[in-house]
Amino acid sequence: MELTRREFIKANAIAAAAGVAGMSIPGAQALAQAKADDGLRWDKGACRYCGTGCSVLVGVKDGRIVATQGDPDAPVNKGLNCIKGYFLAKIQYGQDRLTKPLLRMKDGKFDKNGEFQPISWDQAFDIMAEKVKQTLKDPNQGPQGVAMFGSGQWTVWEGYAAVKLMKAGFRSNSIDPNARHCMASAVAGFMRTFGIDEPMGCYDDAEHADAFVLWGSNMAEMHPILWTRITNRRLTADHVRIHVLSTFSHRSCEIADNELIFKPQSDLAILNYICNYIIQNNAVNKDFVAKHVGFFKGVTDIGYGLRPNHPLEQAAGNNGYPGPDGKPKGDPNAHSPITFEEFAQFVSEYTLDKAHEISGVPKDRLEKLAKTYADPKTKVTSYWTMGFNQHTRGTWVNNMIYNVHLLVGKISEPGNGPFSLTGQPSACGTAREVGTFSHRLPADMVVMNPKHREIAEKIWKLPAGTINPVPGYHAVLQSRMAKDGKIGFLWTSTTNNMQAGPNVNGEVYPGWRNPKCFTVVSDVYPTVSAMSADLILPAAMWMEKEGAYGNAERRTQFWRQQVKAPGEARSDLWQYLEFSKRFKVEDVWPADLIAKMPEYKGKTLYEILYLNGQVNKFPKEEAAKVNAHAWAGYTNDETEHFGFYVQKGLFEEYAGFGRGHAHDLALFDTYHKVRGLRWPVVDGKETLWRFREGYDPYVKKGEGVRFYGYPDGKAKIFALPYQPAAEMPDNEYDLWLCTGRVLEHWHTGSMTRRVPELYRAFPDAVVFMNPKDAEKRGLKRHDVVKVATRRGEIQLRVETKGRNKPPEGLIFIPFFDEMRLVNKLTLDATCPISKETDYKKCAAKVVKV
Amino acid sequence: MERDTKPKGSARRQFLADTARMVCGVGLLGLGLGLYARHATALPPAAIRPPGALPEKEFSAACIRCGMCVRDCPYDILHLAKPEEPMSTGTPYFVARQAPCEMCEDIPCVKACPTGALDHRLTDITKARMGLAVLIDHETCLNFLGLRCDICYRVCPVIDKAITLEPMANTRTGKHAMFIPTVHSEACTGCGKCEKACPTEIAAIKVLPIYIAKGHLSAHYRLGWVEKEKAGGSLVAPDLEHQYNLPEGMRYDYGGKGLQAEPGAPAAAPAAPGGEGGAVPPAPTFKAMQGDKL
Repeated sequence: MELTRREFIKANAIAAAAGVAGMSIPGAQALAQAKADDGLRWDKGACRYCGTGCSVLVGVKDGRIVATQGDPDAPVNKGLNCIKGYFLAKIQYGQDRLTKPLLRMKDGKFDKNGEFQPISWDQAFDIMAEKVKQTLKDPNQGPQGVAMFGSGQWTVWEGYAAVKLMKAGFRSNSIDPNARHCMASAVAGFMRTFGIDEPMGCYDDAEHADAFVLWGSNMAEMHPILWTRITNRRLTADHVRIHVLSTFSHRSCEIADNELIFKPQSDLAILNYICNYIIQNNAVNKDFVAKHVGFFKGVTDIGYGLRPNHPLEQAAGNNGYPGPDGKPKGDPNAHSPITFEEFAQFVSEYTLDKAHEISGVPKDRLEKLAKTYADPKTKVTSYWTMGFNQHTRGTWVNNMIYNVHLLVGKISEPGNGPFSLTGQPSACGTAREVGTFSHRLPADMVVMNPKHREIAEKIWKLPAGTINPVPGYHAVLQSRMAKDGKIGFLWTSTTNNMQAGPNVNGEVYPGWRNPKCFTVVSDVYPTVSAMSADLILPAAMWMEKEGAYGNAERRTQFWRQQVKAPGEARSDLWQYLEFSKRFKVEDVWPADLIAKMPEYKGKTLYEILYLNGQVNKFPKEEAAKVNAHAWAGYTNDETEHFGFYVQKGLFEEYAGFGRGHAHDLALFDTYHKVRGLRWPVVDGKETLWRFREGYDPYVKKGEGVRFYGYPDGKAKIFALPYQPAAEMPDNEYDLWLCTGRVLEHWHTGSMTRRVPELYRAFPDAVVFMNPKDAEKRGLKRHDVVKVATRRGEIQLRVETKGRNKPPEGLIFIPFFDEMRLVNKLTLDATCPISKETDYKKCAAKVVKV
Repeated sequence: MERDTKPKGSARRQFLADTARMVCGVGLLGLGLGLYARHATALPPAAIRPPGALPEKEFSAACIRCGMCVRDCPYDILHLAKPEEPMSTGTPYFVARQAPCEMCEDIPCVKACPTGALDHRLTDITKARMGLAVLIDHETCLNFLGLRCDICYRVCPVIDKAITLEPMANTRTGKHAMFIPTVHSEACTGCGKCEKACPTEIAAIKVLPIYIAKGHLSAHYRLGWVEKEKAGGSLVAPDLEHQYNLPEGMRYDYGGKGLQAEPGAPAAAPAAPGGEGGAVPPAPTFKAMQGDKL
């Protein structure tokens, strides 16, 4: 046994060396080589978990994944993986895979309170179609009452097929990804500051920066491989410094040169202080600011995204909610131009003293940080994740980090830039680029804009006026609307919102279980979401389907279907296309709309959306042709079933939205031959740094820098204040509650908790607590305690040692554990602009059980 | 027969035990009874005594095999040795890979001991020395291969003291760091959490009895940098200031950096005071990085 393992490792090392040697072979390398000696077929793929986008090679034998390896030729990870990636081979093979549709039934009929019983796909689509048609007709519900919830784990074409089905087919904009919980604030920040989404830089910044600043990101655990790159930079260049800002001390603080533990929400004050410092110390890059930046003041009284009857919302003047006269109260996104001097005046109140007072961070540390940004010789890369994005002022705080970088002109060049990291494998590739949000269309377009609707309707060959101009229900609103009876059909896939959504007790669960709402969950395992549904559909996962993901640095990666899904499990793509056959256009569109394109009369949505001459453009045989370099006779399940290369047709139609508009994706065939490309890909060349002449083909010669997201080519600096959180500790609920992740588990743990070794490494969620807080409550390490908020309570053990070290007054609970649902406790307050929940701040108490 | 139904770890332990017994047998034949007595009081390497256990010989003598510590362990990790096991029958032990010590703050097992075989002077569980974790197999440790596992580090109840991660450049990839888990005997309690959590099929990190795990330097050689720190300065009068023939724009740092360009180099870091750590090899380590914490 031991010897075999050693030999296996040695054989791998030889294979890796051969791979390196192979790089010099001109032309596309054969990726799926002839079977190795051990009978494994190796092919390339992308890791299933986070937004880092590590590439892996997948080894298949007898129709089963038996091994994986980090892809030694992949630029992101060069053969490395984190411990979750190490166990990728096991994630598809949990013992409780769902293999049959299951419907809650009593006496052979659907019953909301019945028990799950297996049914056929036909029966499943029957009842789903019935419920959709019922919802469309219900005057209380209508098209927007048909809702879909997906994620940044959808493959690119799944998300695209879903958007089409919802926005073009059902004419409902109530489709949203769980990315709303994850990086909607980053999106809104990008759109407000730059007029175009996604980071300008790339991971290569890690090898060029002189300083790194982490704002609410624990990269050491959540982006483990990227963290090794930053550490390596720190290790190999003496002058490099790392600053870590967080509300509690964690693993990334371990190598921090400057650790800044701030009071929750006070990042707003710190950012304004840095701007003030830059201005006071004449460190403004005046030339850059004059050429490339405009100044604006945002409205402030924007509320907290709570239900309209909440006192905080009644008091808010600019939350956009209907006022007493029925008209919207202002617009939280509104802003008006100001001068640089006015901006300087605005931030001048954020002195070192004030920033220290609000944040509790020692002054020398604040100053050290401000100096780093101000020093013209220090290249700074700022990284952030959920600390910024899950924030009731998430859009603001994103805008405000751009303020800092723009003031000093440290942006869009190697080593200099603000970089928003993502937590899902295709948060960028699918959720953002495809536009699976309730207000978006592909390539940064939005449903509210008539021009954008026109473009989409033209590409999709739809009659004018098909797309609903009103945004649909976003993630948090979907739960509220389901609870209020406004949603009659809710279809969730590739995510686990009953565990990950906020305020599960108050909103998500009552919504899903509302008799007026028929809830469908497509999933691979019986998650708490699946168990809370009315109908469970067994889904194919990861290597059981052909896929494409886009990582945080704009890198699009493809993989081929490696194995079959178990039992009757089918891909989400298959599910959407098959379901669309259940609707004649007359069932879903009004007569006057159909009259504009009489040729659509009597047709099914499947024919209109997917047999439109574009999606079905590439015949079945194309699959073998495109992939011939890697796999003789390749095909996939959807291509076989529908009779055309579905993935290629969908991708090429989708790519039509962005090509020529600074969102250029390469050709479908190209991606099957490379380890991902960073868009815009123009003339076959990737873009490393956007908005910078020489690096970005959309910036003309002589322009230097151009933020072309806005017609004037300028980015926006926003004057925005510090404001308190929606709910703060008081006498009864006397602690801040912050939630998050751990390295061993990914999100809700539906995959990683089924890997025995990962389960063993971190079996149950614990509440991380300061030893003094524990002592004050008479608690010992490992005591079972009740953690309660105004919305619910859970029981778990106290951890006063270990990886996270909260300051007094704050507790941290990870959300991976389905037996300890921390989201029963969280508050569904959101950023009023991005609608992203603040999972990092609410008031809780801890008592001994 | 009964063995077949035991969990894997226990079968392994039995294998180790059998081997140990065989060795004992040989010892008995070849070297006489004195040696046998010594072996008999030695534990098989996978068996770890509860916190506060006296040195093995004294422990075996003091333990009255009452089982009170086993009864009071709230996590049921302790077992009493069975007659067929190669240690004093009825004495308590645990096997880290099966169930490690949870390091209770109030140490109930020690409190329960009526004889002091588990030393009642142990009141701070972090002072326990049940064994010592050893990263025993560098070939299979995922972090040694450059991956980001470091589970042993994060599960360690004395994280950052008993186990630290020492970053090293990954010369194979050229742009990633490797985090090498490093055990520090001055803080490791031997609880075994790391061995239990190690995700490889066979643990690459194991808790061993301290007498097996711990090396010892000879007295004839001293570590210069340690001695200097202990003395608070050079043991021998410091050098005169060195002067060098240098072209314009260059300087020479006697403290360790050697030849340096005068202005251009980004000198964000304050110069190390007084040539501190002058003899330390230049490769920065975790601690060095913390040393110049801003």
